[in-house]
Amino acid sequence: MPTSSTDRILVLGIGNILWADEGFGVRAAEEFHRRYVVSDNVTILDGGTQGLYLVSYLEEADRLIVFDAIDYGLEPGELKLVRDEEVPRFTGAKKMSLHQTGFQEVISAADLLGRCPKHLALIGCQPRDLEAWGGPLTKPVSDQIGPAIELVCAILTEWGATASPRSEPLPESEQLLANDIDHQHYEMRMRPV
Amino acid sequence: MRIQTPNGFKLDNSGKRIVVDPVTRIEGHMRLEVNVDANNVIRNAVSTGTMWRGIEVILKDRDPRDAWAFTERICGVCTGTHALTSVRAVENALGITIPENANSIRNLMQLALQVHDHVVHFYHLHALDWVDVVSALSADPRATSTLAQSISNWPLSSPGYFKDLQTRLKKFVESGQLGPFKNGYWGSKAYKLPPEANLMAVAHYLEALDFQKEIVKIHTIFGGKNPHPNWLVGGVPCPINVDGTGAVGAINMERLNLISSIIDRLIEFNEQVYLPDVAAIGSFYKDWLYGGGLSGKSVLTYGDVPEHANDYASKNLKLPRGAIINGNLSEVFPVDHANTDEIQEFVVHSWYKYPDETKGLHPWDGVTEPNYVLGPNAKGTKTAIEQLDEGGKYSWIKAPRWRGHAMEVGPLARWVVGYAQNKAEFKDPVDKFLKDLDLPLSALFSTLGRTAARALESVWAGRQMRYFQDKLVANIKAGDSSTANVDKWKPEGWPKEAKGFGFTEAPRGALAHWIKIKETKIDNYQCVVPTTWNGSPRDPKGNIGAFEASLIDTPMMNPEQPLEILRTIHSFDPCLACSTHVMSPDGRELASVKVR
Repeated sequence: MPTSSTDRILVLGIGNILWADEGFGVRAAEEFHRRYVVSDNVTILDGGTQGLYLVSYLEEADRLIVFDAIDYGLEPGELKLVRDEEVPRFTGAKKMSLHQTGFQEVISAADLLGRCPKHLALIGCQPRDLEAWGGPLTKPVSDQIGPAIELVCAILTEWGATASPRSEPLPESEQLLANDIDHQHYEMRMRPV
Repeated sequence: MRIQTPNGFKLDNSGKRIVVDPVTRIEGHMRLEVNVDANNVIRNAVSTGTMWRGIEVILKDRDPRDAWAFTERICGVCTGTHALTSVRAVENALGITIPENANSIRNLMQLALQVHDHVVHFYHLHALDWVDVVSALSADPRATSTLAQSISNWPLSSPGYFKDLQTRLKKFVESGQLGPFKNGYWGSKAYKLPPEANLMAVAHYLEALDFQKEIVKIHTIFGGKNPHPNWLVGGVPCPINVDGTGAVGAINMERLNLISSIIDRLIEFNEQVYLPDVAAIGSFYKDWLYGGGLSGKSVLTYGDVPEHANDYASKNLKLPRGAIINGNLSEVFPVDHANTDEIQEFVVHSWYKYPDETKGLHPWDGVTEPNYVLGPNAKGTKTAIEQLDEGGKYSWIKAPRWRGHAMEVGPLARWVVGYAQNKAEFKDPVDKFLKDLDLPLSALFSTLGRTAARALESVWAGRQMRYFQDKLVANIKAGDSSTANVDKWKPEGWPKEAKGFGFTEAPRGALAHWIKIKETKIDNYQCVVPTTWNGSPRDPKGNIGAFEASLIDTPMMNPEQPLEILRTIHSFDPCLACSTHVMSPDGRELASVKVR
């Protein structure tokens, strides 16, 4: 795979933090940002469940890494990396609601506009629990945040970008998520159903 | 069994039952079951859905000033509107006022969301219910150009443009995957557009996909960040510094000019592309005026877009406020969120438990205790339902009622109320739209009417954005750069107990949050969202909700291809569990929201 240190790279966390393991992607991106300083050509983004709102971020990227909870039917917490053509991008016209827009819709839309990132890497984690409204990440999934971050570091290195551990702790004002929904405060005070 | 509902619909569930569960194998998302008679006309409809629930559980004991950040995460599409509703609820409870600039900026953000949502909804979800993408491949680009130029002055309309577009589309189709167009009922006789109109619509589908990104920039600028903009109790978080040159987060003239240019472009897109497309498509479906449901009977709108800050009275709201019942357009009733007799939620057919299920509860006293039991005539099991029993509990959506009436909310409700109030800015565009298509007023109460109301509203919202942008700039130039009121920011001065509500008109309808604050923390928090109104199940009196009502008496071309059902349900722009989107490797969505 060709590498170039000037390619713009987007590291995107996807999912809903209010639904237990659905929050994996966002939490992994949040933790990666908390622990690492990345080179200028890398952007780390909390994509939430924003669907088509994210198309413009994809367009601006040459290479894309996504963290997400993905149901592969594996053991809870198992990580799986898929790349480029293996990343699903199919969508359907029979949906009931725009709110069913998955991330593959976003990729598919960027593709249709002819501006999909050249290289894609999807770091998926098998969820255990998507039921607990307001619940925390389950342990097997939460335990994979570290390994998922190692994966993203390896991919960034392969792509000629750098990620180095922070020498100073990240100031609170620069956290990816704030207002009590950052991982620590969210789970410290959450009360599952 | 044949019954007549109190709200005027004849139901008969004796015919063949059709279950539309578009994301099959998936538990949780929305599902519709209908009975059709021997002529394939829908005679009974049962709507069920999973809504997020129990936000109060997560919010309990948290800081009310952070509630917006949580409610913003409920849904990926309604992000800003939930946040706005939340800060309004807290401000209402604590008696916090906001500066005029904050009011203008909030209106601009809310209106930008309206336009974004309406455009994306129409082109990327709903148009495919009317437009046959595959048919576009056989269009004559020259004839398409003639058609496009006959309905609008939009410059992207040359034969060469449509020819190139068609070539691109062919490539997509020939690549074996239809991309976003996979899974349509292409070729169905329920599609009535000629190939040229289909090609024009597909071209605009792509243009809208490109353009929607511009609209989002307004949220980025005012919200400080995207995709999750910041909000603030007491105003807006963006400081104004007109002389500044790119200070992080501050609004300067350069950014205001950028917003202004985006507004100009969205007005143009609405008026040159979106509305003409809806009229052109509508002209081929004039004999398909089904789907009216409750819209000609009972509609509800809370109103939104305050002219002046801090005044939420009906006459200060630019989007209309009021309730119409029993089809009597000559009387628009006032709506009061604090009156516990008005808005109440019932659960007799919902999977929740109340102490007395014959009665409804006002949201301040709302209870969300799950109770997942199927009615005696349900088929299948709790984990694999084959057929629901609408005689028992059958949905995770509660049944909100206004003074006991099932109500439709959304763009059509807003426009019907505006029309009934005889407001020219709502009445005139409706009359013109109908006259151009040579349709009577009764045609407004239909699926097509709902779709037209959304397009008319997008045009209206674009012009309102111009108004509030000019107002904001004039106010700043007059020396007022205030965007936040922090007088009551610190909890020290708050009352020991307080309660309030906030409301907005979300793109898909009336949205309100109710909050109770105790000892500076959240004690109870309830949201009643638009799809709770529209997608509601039956209530104790047997009134059916808006989705259910909209399907009654619709003939289906082919029950195996439930295009007519999707067309009408899509016209409401439904918002569902709004969140889970877990992918399976083959790209199908596994929204495994298991509900208990």
